[in-house]
Amino acid sequence: VTIVQDVVGTREPNTGFRWTPAMLGAVLALATLVLLICGLGAGSSGWSLNDGSTVIWEIRAPRTVGSFLVGALLGQSGAVAQGIFRNPLAEPYLLGSASGATLAIVLVLAAGHLTGVPISIAAAAWLPRLGLVGAAFVGALGGIGLTVVLARGAARPTVLLLAGVVVGVVLGAFANLLMLVSPEALRGAQVFLLGNTGFLGWRSVAPLLLALVLTLAVTTRSGRALDALVLGESTAVSLGLPVARIRLLLIGTLALCTGTAVAESGLIAFVGLVAPHIVRRSVVVNHSGLIAISALAGGVLLLAADVVARTVLAPQELPVGLLTAVVGGIYLLLLLHRRTRAVVE
Amino acid sequence: MTRIRPARHRMGLALLGLGIVSCGGVVADTLALTDHAAVLDDRGRAIASNPPPTRIVTLLPSLTETVCELGACSRIVGTDRYSNWPPLVRSLPKVGGLEDPSLERIVALHPDVVLASRSSRVIDRLDELGIPVVALEANTIGDVRRVLVVTATLLGDPAAGVDAWQRLQTRIKVAAAQIPPVMRGNSVYFEVSEAPYAAGASSFIGELLGMLGMSNAVPGNLGPFPKLNPEFIVRVQPSIVMTSEREFAGMRDRPGWSGLRALQLGRICAFPAERFEVLIRPGPRLGEAANMLSSCLVKINSRGAP
Repeated sequence: VTIVQDVVGTREPNTGFRWTPAMLGAVLALATLVLLICGLGAGSSGWSLNDGSTVIWEIRAPRTVGSFLVGALLGQSGAVAQGIFRNPLAEPYLLGSASGATLAIVLVLAAGHLTGVPISIAAAAWLPRLGLVGAAFVGALGGIGLTVVLARGAARPTVLLLAGVVVGVVLGAFANLLMLVSPEALRGAQVFLLGNTGFLGWRSVAPLLLALVLTLAVTTRSGRALDALVLGESTAVSLGLPVARIRLLLIGTLALCTGTAVAESGLIAFVGLVAPHIVRRSVVVNHSGLIAISALAGGVLLLAADVVARTVLAPQELPVGLLTAVVGGIYLLLLLHRRTRAVVE
Repeated sequence: MTRIRPARHRMGLALLGLGIVSCGGVVADTLALTDHAAVLDDRGRAIASNPPPTRIVTLLPSLTETVCELGACSRIVGTDRYSNWPPLVRSLPKVGGLEDPSLERIVALHPDVVLASRSSRVIDRLDELGIPVVALEANTIGDVRRVLVVTATLLGDPAAGVDAWQRLQTRIKVAAAQIPPVMRGNSVYFEVSEAPYAAGASSFIGELLGMLGMSNAVPGNLGPFPKLNPEFIVRVQPSIVMTSEREFAGMRDRPGWSGLRALQLGRICAFPAERFEVLIRPGPRLGEAANMLSSCLVKINSRGAP
């Protein structure tokens, strides 16, 4: 035992600085605060807080808060997905939920055009907006459901991810097909496919906040079950946990997270994948903590991306979804590169 | 003829060698004046126009409209999916869109020539199959003129291109003259689609607005169709907002946009989808577009009058 401790001790010296979950949480909360202020100040012509109350409180404030909330929903859903499917590569986008939500929204846009009720993502009033969120939720649920059915359950992570990728491609193709047939739907959906936080208003913030509070209440309480699942499905069952029921519940919350986020701001890639990774690399924490801190990290990531997207080319704007895809993609590649190097060495 | 030919040949070679594609207007005009046996398209390729083509496939609505404007509508045997003007082209065979043209259906129509956008994906395959392609791209009003002249030359009637261009210019001038002096110089925000993408001063729509004496809320240095931060428009407070009915439907509900004075005062030109197409297609209907814009400005002015 002492030899083992010695070996462990030499490999992981305790003298070095270690983050604790509380410290990481505090740093992220501080970053959120700073970014919220940045978000209020980042305007279409440089930084300023004196641009009139309409601009600050009706445009910048809700889009800043909204970006944080969308990021938090995505970060949370990433952590949950990686927990349920015991796979660090799982994220809502790789499980068919985002493409399901997209297909549903394109369907609604096309139907709106056919029936002469133009629905615009930028400015939908309460009812159509709830309709869009509802459709996106059903679509996300359908996407994940299809993936799980095709993979015959979530027990085999590789099969599941493969099924998720296939479902994503197929549903994405259906959405493209629909856009080809209905150019009006295409025009509406274009904004949305690139991810857009520019039109997040207080009407978007309300459903986002509601979804975040609801889902966090469920997911952080399911942490114990996810912790047990790490030890394997049979162990979790033998511990007396209703694994199947909890998994179903979590998949439902996953769909709600993705559906709401997609309905409000379109496709924003990689935040759900990267946020939990950053947390897991920094601290050792159980699933409840991981989910909560990942939500915070996701919020910080997307809010930072939003601030960058509106300042680099001001008064023009980068599509925020493209920005997260590029930055998140590079981060993931670096991570993979380091891992493979470590394995080779 | 014998005296002209070597000169044209030399000039053509020199221009091809220099790869001057952007100066296509000069090239086309020179060719139009000297001979109409061949035209140079935007890729710098020479396409024989003798005898003039009788079976034409067009792969862009503005090119379809150009051919019809030049009186050769009856020679079109197929168009892209979105070509819908003049109405008689609606019944013609459709061969797909910009991204998904059906090579097979184009070939089956046995065209003498295919008119396509430079960015059309089917051009290379048509080249390989030996079907002549004239690639033309219009991004500015100057380009519209060049496309008219090149197409007219291709059709064997260079004078028709010059005539069409003059008709277009006259219509724009007439439209400009109808705009009340108090409206001139007012800033216009023209939204092409929600994101929001605007038509800046350097786009053909911006140029047209400039020819009508209006100023653009979106400066030209941002590029022709910049994606803007929505708050920019609220801060700039354009005097007039122009867009499609579809975008306009939700505009007031956008966060903070209810504070746009142009929306509050009803200084809006919202065009139905089919009319909006006239505005966003860089083709021969820009004269009609100018007329639509001026009519709307007249209406706004009469409403605003005490």
